[in-house]
Amino acid sequence: MLRLRVNGESYETLAESCETLLEILRERLGLTGTKHGCELGECGACTVLLDGMPVLSCLVLPDQLEGAEVTTVEGLAEGPALHPLQEAFMALGASQCGYCTAGMLLSAKALVDEQPDPTREEIRAALAGNVCRCTGYASIVDAVAQATNTMRGAR
Amino acid sequence: MSAPRGGANGRLASESATIESATIESATIESAGGALRVVGKAMPRVDAVSKVTGRTVYADDLTFPGTIHCVLLRSPHPHARIRGVDVREAAGVPGVVAVLTGAAMPTRFGVSPSSEEEQALATEKVRYVGEPVAAVAARDEATAREACKKIHVDYELLEPVTSIDQALEVPMDEPIHAASKDSNIHRLAALEFGDVEEGFAASDHVREDVFFYEGSTHLAMEEHSATATFADGQLTVWSSTQSPHNVHRALSSVLGLPMGHVRVVATPHGGGFGGKVDPCAHEIVIAKLAMTTGRPVKCTLTREEVFYNHRGRHPVLMWVRTGVTRDGRIRAMHFRTALDGGAHGSLGAATTYYTGALQPATYDLPAYRFEGCRVFTNKAPCGPKRGHGTPQPRFALELHLDKLAEDLGMDPVELRRRNYVRPNSRTVNGLRITSCAIENVTAEVLAASGYSRRRRRDGHGQGFAVSAYLCGAGSPMYLNRMPHSEVNIEVGRGGVTVLCGATDIGQGSDSVLATLVAEELGLEREDVRLVTGDTGLTPVDLGSYSSRVTFMAGNAAIEAARKMRATLVAAAAERSGAQPTEMTVAGGKIGPLSFEEAVVAAEELYGSLGSGGSYAPPPDISGSKYRGSAVGPSPAFSFSAAVVDLDADRVTGEVRVNKVWIAHDIGRALNPLLVRGQVEGGVYMGLGEALMEAQVYRNGLLHHPSVLEYKTPLSTDMPEIEHLLVEQPDPEGPYGAKEVGQGPLLPVVPAVVSAIHDALGIWVDEVPVTPEKVLRALDSRAKGGDPRTGPRAFPMIPYPPCVKVAPPDAASAAL
Amino acid sequence: MLRLPRFSYLRPASLAEAVAMLADHGGQARVIAGGTDLLPKMKRRQLQPAVLVGIGHLDALRHLETTASGAVEIGASATLTSVLKDSGLARHQPGYAQAAGVVSTPALRNTGTAGGNLCIDTRCNYYDMSEEWRIASGSCLKTGGEQCQMASSSPRCWAISSSDTAPIAVALGATAVVVGPEGERDVPIASLFRDDGNAHLALGPDEILTRLRLPAPDGSRSSYVKLRRRSSMDFPLAGAAVALKMDRGVVEGCRLVLGAVASQPVELGDLVHGLVGQRLDEEAIEEVANAASRLAKPLDNADLSYVWRKRMVKEIVAQAFRQAATSQAAAVP
Repeated sequence: MLRLRVNGESYETLAESCETLLEILRERLGLTGTKHGCELGECGACTVLLDGMPVLSCLVLPDQLEGAEVTTVEGLAEGPALHPLQEAFMALGASQCGYCTAGMLLSAKALVDEQPDPTREEIRAALAGNVCRCTGYASIVDAVAQATNTMRGAR
Repeated sequence: MSAPRGGANGRLASESATIESATIESATIESAGGALRVVGKAMPRVDAVSKVTGRTVYADDLTFPGTIHCVLLRSPHPHARIRGVDVREAAGVPGVVAVLTGAAMPTRFGVSPSSEEEQALATEKVRYVGEPVAAVAARDEATAREACKKIHVDYELLEPVTSIDQALEVPMDEPIHAASKDSNIHRLAALEFGDVEEGFAASDHVREDVFFYEGSTHLAMEEHSATATFADGQLTVWSSTQSPHNVHRALSSVLGLPMGHVRVVATPHGGGFGGKVDPCAHEIVIAKLAMTTGRPVKCTLTREEVFYNHRGRHPVLMWVRTGVTRDGRIRAMHFRTALDGGAHGSLGAATTYYTGALQPATYDLPAYRFEGCRVFTNKAPCGPKRGHGTPQPRFALELHLDKLAEDLGMDPVELRRRNYVRPNSRTVNGLRITSCAIENVTAEVLAASGYSRRRRRDGHGQGFAVSAYLCGAGSPMYLNRMPHSEVNIEVGRGGVTVLCGATDIGQGSDSVLATLVAEELGLEREDVRLVTGDTGLTPVDLGSYSSRVTFMAGNAAIEAARKMRATLVAAAAERSGAQPTEMTVAGGKIGPLSFEEAVVAAEELYGSLGSGGSYAPPPDISGSKYRGSAVGPSPAFSFSAAVVDLDADRVTGEVRVNKVWIAHDIGRALNPLLVRGQVEGGVYMGLGEALMEAQVYRNGLLHHPSVLEYKTPLSTDMPEIEHLLVEQPDPEGPYGAKEVGQGPLLPVVPAVVSAIHDALGIWVDEVPVTPEKVLRALDSRAKGGDPRTGPRAFPMIPYPPCVKVAPPDAASAAL
Repeated sequence: MLRLPRFSYLRPASLAEAVAMLADHGGQARVIAGGTDLLPKMKRRQLQPAVLVGIGHLDALRHLETTASGAVEIGASATLTSVLKDSGLARHQPGYAQAAGVVSTPALRNTGTAGGNLCIDTRCNYYDMSEEWRIASGSCLKTGGEQCQMASSSPRCWAISSSDTAPIAVALGATAVVVGPEGERDVPIASLFRDDGNAHLALGPDEILTRLRLPAPDGSRSSYVKLRRRSSMDFPLAGAAVALKMDRGVVEGCRLVLGAVASQPVELGDLVHGLVGQRLDEEAIEEVANAASRLAKPLDNADLSYVWRKRMVKEIVAQAFRQAATSQAAAVP
């Protein structure tokens, strides 16, 4: 029995040693907001936060989850209140097909939590492992920048 | 009117110029009933909250109780006969529910009726590595995958054909498809419009060039996925498809079910770019398995399988010869293409014609000869990718014009301008051009980039190119006279529901439908419920391809909405005693009544409230009829211009793009936010194809079927993009709107190579431009050779005699 | 989706227990820390160990210590991100920090470890492919086959050492600390690597790399320059690591190591020996860079052409020398 915390909730679930966090989230816990585009650590679609750090859930084994806090896209909003990153992604059209969005949002969240006023270069660098085929990244970089403005204003 | 605004990063180009076609403008607005309240506003997509919160349910997120999982066994050989398939061992694996071979459904299919040579599971031979041969359904995916390894296929190996040159020769063993006989030629086209020889004779200067455009794939982030159920005689398939209609037709045909017993639901979509237009083997296989097992069956392809499914950009070798007068007027053009089609037809017959169709849609060619050839090779089938058959000739044509300008000592922009097509004209190949802002997009992008004033420093350069694209294919993929798109609107106590077969693949077509209907009914977008992409519930839309949805589904939606509006207005008039002509429909009110009161009145008066609209392109969009004339005509064309600014390193050959300016003739931006996304996404994909992306093979085996090794630009590789929208409403577009999904990719690729020429004085006449190709051209120049990398020659191809098509007469050439 | 094959996962309470577990399973077991190299290979069925011994949780392997003199000891399971966040390391061992910072992507650096990157399996674009692809292509020397798929007459495997941190570790004269059934031993880092794509580490099946020691720079400065197609994610197409000690513009000591041009990091000792006592001007840099390019022999089993990669060795070597020299000039008061 695996005990883990996801988005602030405690879960107990069966998991085989060969099941990755990606499979546990999607197939055991029903949290399908986390996507997959290669399952080999090459596309970034399955990015989640493990203790606040972006990791690729397709390459995380159950053992690494003991005592850790996992954040997925489902955990970004607080109730109906969206995270400023989510608001900005909506407002600037940073999500088109939406398949990379969960991973993008979580990579971006780790950045803005650590660096409240990132440059555009820092934003691009933080997202450099998340492949997007729709946007050309421009609106995503804009959205992260706008969200940091909002978040600084709120402080 | 309220002037529409540019997107967050863009700006509206010359608002005064926008009103050039004032009559069209006012007519469109008047019929819309006054100032626009929803159309033209930059607003989040209607499904934005679901997408940013992870609540959107994509195909692989959908699992029904009792689902079994399907894995396909694929061929490890590029070309082989199947002598036998032994599934006994696999069938005995614990957990396996069913094993399927092609014998269960041998009927051939293909997205185009002219190329129905695929089988869901191959029965006689395999034609590419990755072609599906058998399938296992088991209680879980891992069991199915392991059981696949226990299927024994007896292959007799055949010599693979892996290049255009090889495909033109007599096959070593046998042709890939029996129909092609003594070579592997799939299609030949030869058309001549006007007298080309006379045009060359009248030219002061004639130039020939050869170019090559490498194949590439879509790499949508979502791997294809589908689930099928069969219950109570009804088959239902949920799939990440761009065209539920195409899947619907293929399922009905291969499985022998009436169309009325098959329902295909397009799930929210993780990216298509053309890769999910064809009906796919796995969609048919799971349907068959659902029918034989009675269980829901799901199949999600791995990334590598998506690479094998492909249907991506054709590699195209091109030869072009153009005659010009001293002052830069084109007198004649002869364009030859050779397409490496891979193992099946897909939409390749159309692709072949597309490599020749749109050259006259940017430049006024008095005489034009096009000869095209598509060959079969033992590689994953090529098909439609964003721009479908037109990025390759666009690349060749634009660079060829750059070279012609250099020959003539003329500014390359000026040479183009002297030959631009005119609004309201008919091209030599019969295409009807109506709205056309090619001059405007040129002016915009030149002004923003400072192209003409660029300062030279070593290794720095700018390149310019223009292009045109369709707003929807004028003909359907299969011959019929039915509408291309239909919309039903139901209004009642449940509110407003719009039903349309259109499929939102991320481009925002749902948002477009909601915008148009809300505008027409005086509502907000959130008042409009959408049911889309469901062949069981919605009237037809042919699919999300050829940039057709905004134009076609949009017009159908407007028609349906206007009918509904008339009904509600009449009821409100009856109830309130006001004159229908005095009623305004806006702000949630129909005249003096609230929208809900008007609905109650209408329901009391007329009973159930429904309206329908449909769209088919007008018949006069094409000229004379000839084989191939269905490819090219479109109800409208968009025009794009790009300037690319880059640094090219003469020591390493590496290219760094600094900035791209792109101007696009959008007609009207229904939602500038979505338009921006399409423009920038097109630029991105164009840069990828210009510099990195390549679907290449070694001995018939795909070189690198992975996200890591199939190189695409990452966030840190992308330059800033400045987009400029030129809004000159199209007379037939919905509120004047035109396409944006594909056009903006087209000029980017040649503009990159043109900029490299500007920077280093070399020509790289093939994409992608790798650093070594840059160095090869520089080395060649240093040794006194040609400052060029690219193909040397175009092969001898047995084109048939040209079908001679008379150009439109002077009267119809000016519409 | 691609899934892992089945395996037993063991979670030792100590390093000693981990070693015992490896010994117990006699070659059927592998250690796993970050898993960023191992797990994709298992998903592609390149490796199918019956047992994984987790070592990522062992505190003993996660420490990171920089002394005042600039000597650094890095636990093998310290993530690359934690290494990058260490300001002392960045100050004293800039070349190592540069190398760690250009490995893959941010998320993979958060999981991938210092030890893992040093030991990363050799790569080859005939080998790092799915099981199905390799069946289609035919097995190679590294997957138990008879023939190298890249060079059919080759008696050896040419898979490429693709570590960014290994070349700089060699250039810095680092020491690897290895623990096995016989206890701990120190291995000069260069001796950790073997010029055999099929067996690139001089480690026993029951040995574990526990620590990497970078000696105090003692006035020398280091740099690492990576050649790759894109600015993130990609493995090196070539790498140049330089450790340089200078006195008023004259070279006192110098090491140059190339990455990703062979199955192990390639130190060009003889080549740079001649630089000692010389002024490091542009001409000298050019000369050594040209010579390095001549000596480098990348093969046709990675991205882009080997001809271009060989040519680019000159550029990255020159750049690495310039960076080290500049960095030294800046460091001298």
